[in-house]
Amino acid sequence: MTLTEKILAKASGRGRVDAGDNIWANADILLTHDVCGPGSIGVFKREFGQDAKVWDAEKIVIIPDHYIFTSDRLSNRNVDILRDFAREQQLPYFYDVIDDPNGLWTFNPARGHLNRQYGSRYQGVCHAALPRRGHARPGEALFGTDSHTCMAGAFGEFATGIGNTDAGFILGTGKLLIKVPETMRFYLEGELPKGVMAKDVILHVIGDIGFDGATYRAMQWEGPGAQSLSIDDRMTIANMAIEAGAKNGIFPADEKTFKYVDERVRENGTKSDYDPTEIDKDQKFVFDKVYDLSKLEPTVAMHPNPGNRALAKTLEHVKLDRAYIGSCTGGKTSDFVAFAEVVNGKRVKIDTYGVPATSEVVQELKESRLGGAPVWDVLVDAGVVMTENASCAACLGGPPDTFARLNGPLTCISATNRNFPGRMGSKESKVFLASPYTVAASALTGRVTDPREFLS
Amino acid sequence: MAEKVTGPVYVVEDNIDTDQIIPAQYLALVPTIPEEYEKLGSYAMAGLPNELYPIEFIKKGAAKTEYKIVVAGKNFGCGSSREHAPIALGAAGVKVIVAESYARIFFRNSVATGELYPYEARERLVGSVKTGDVATVDFDADTVEINGVVHELKPMGDVRPVIEAGGLFNYARQTGMISKS
Repeated sequence: MTLTEKILAKASGRGRVDAGDNIWANADILLTHDVCGPGSIGVFKREFGQDAKVWDAEKIVIIPDHYIFTSDRLSNRNVDILRDFAREQQLPYFYDVIDDPNGLWTFNPARGHLNRQYGSRYQGVCHAALPRRGHARPGEALFGTDSHTCMAGAFGEFATGIGNTDAGFILGTGKLLIKVPETMRFYLEGELPKGVMAKDVILHVIGDIGFDGATYRAMQWEGPGAQSLSIDDRMTIANMAIEAGAKNGIFPADEKTFKYVDERVRENGTKSDYDPTEIDKDQKFVFDKVYDLSKLEPTVAMHPNPGNRALAKTLEHVKLDRAYIGSCTGGKTSDFVAFAEVVNGKRVKIDTYGVPATSEVVQELKESRLGGAPVWDVLVDAGVVMTENASCAACLGGPPDTFARLNGPLTCISATNRNFPGRMGSKESKVFLASPYTVAASALTGRVTDPREFLS
Repeated sequence: MAEKVTGPVYVVEDNIDTDQIIPAQYLALVPTIPEEYEKLGSYAMAGLPNELYPIEFIKKGAAKTEYKIVVAGKNFGCGSSREHAPIALGAAGVKVIVAESYARIFFRNSVATGELYPYEARERLVGSVKTGDVATVDFDADTVEINGVVHELKPMGDVRPVIEAGGLFNYARQTGMISKS
């Protein structure tokens, strides 16, 4: 069996499953957030009753992150719906925006978008926060009401996005009827050359198979190249499995995974035991291809979809209005450090915005140094408009007052994961996806730029 | 479910993603709150670029669409997991989608909510069919007739009784998978 099949066999209490089988899988964790949580809770209450109890309070993780720093009344209310539910159900893992469990959340536009407006429990983007708070473990099955839930496949678990109705079903029963996907294997060899990042790997692969090339399937990453990648790199790649239409993306767990997971579960006091899934000798793939990481170059997905691939060096004629770094896939500490390496001591030429994925990333950027100065200061000194308010922000547009939203016919280069028409705001805008290096180099020149000339 | 649905079709190209079906700025609307469900319907397909789709899906000032059937190309509903997408279409009055193929989560959400019948066509209809043409989807025969030509559709198989029951919960209760409330 493939990694996905083995985990789903375990999750359904069977000795074996095959691709195509319909199984009832038990959820180890259900993840939800402010955009889909209220609707999932609504389904749960409608179907199981106003006084119903969730199947297991310890297995529900609620991380508000989408529309937080906005004056939109309904968006603020949705955070309050989550708080009411967490209190009523006594959920230990609700990472509220505010500290008062009986309070109401209201964004204060008078304090501006840049300065911190959240309490001590607030995290930011759910997919980045989930593992950091000790909720990702190898061998488990994670369901989340967000398509980028697949990011947790970086930790050797089955992780997939679902809708509100399915989430409501899990809230009441702890299980879901799913089909076991076929697996595609991406066997990575070599190491990433200078100037090339994990984002380039996934953009290259999606360009290769097409952005519906993995529809209904699992994307399994293996080989010495996969092992050479850091946990952050694996997260970047697993995150974008959905951009090829996949049900999930998965890396085998190794020493790097165990170290990360063990540290995080200990630090947060979450469930510490897990049963990692090892690779079988006998695996059946519907697609199997070797990729040599050392041959890759800085890659861009052009408007209007993540499979519209070109090399950065061939796009230097594309003039840009804006650069953006942030989101689950591109707003990690390592992403900002890479960005800072390129812009250190220089000045961006176009409007450039940075939104850290989590509150912890904000802290790390202020504490870690590059050439003697805090990374945060390097970015600000280069002209990047940095906000402390970690969230999904403009990655998915959001309400019109969202920080850095594309509110007009702008062309933006972005370290995020999706670039369909209107994704970051106005449907007249255009988004080019690229690595933090490439976004940084392009911010310096105002055109799509291969970053290697800026990295000595 | 009536065995047939007849009405004018709205035609869209390949890769219509969930942002085009329901733009992200409207996702704060909670589908289980009845007035917000209706509101979601009024924004269905609001993300389609105007220059590619000059005919409005929902007429200005109207809450519902006149198009009960949407004809689409490949990979309809790609992108996010937002259940708001099939719900917005259903709330707008769409009954059936006839696409060449679907993105996984959109298809699943259509079935789980029971909002839409996501039929797959056996051939490409985009190009030969235009918005406003009148079509009849025949659920017994698994066909769609447009402009006098009958096109075969792939039977929906296991998922059809789920939609007919009105979605996942009704189906699970009818079949004893969960207890009746």
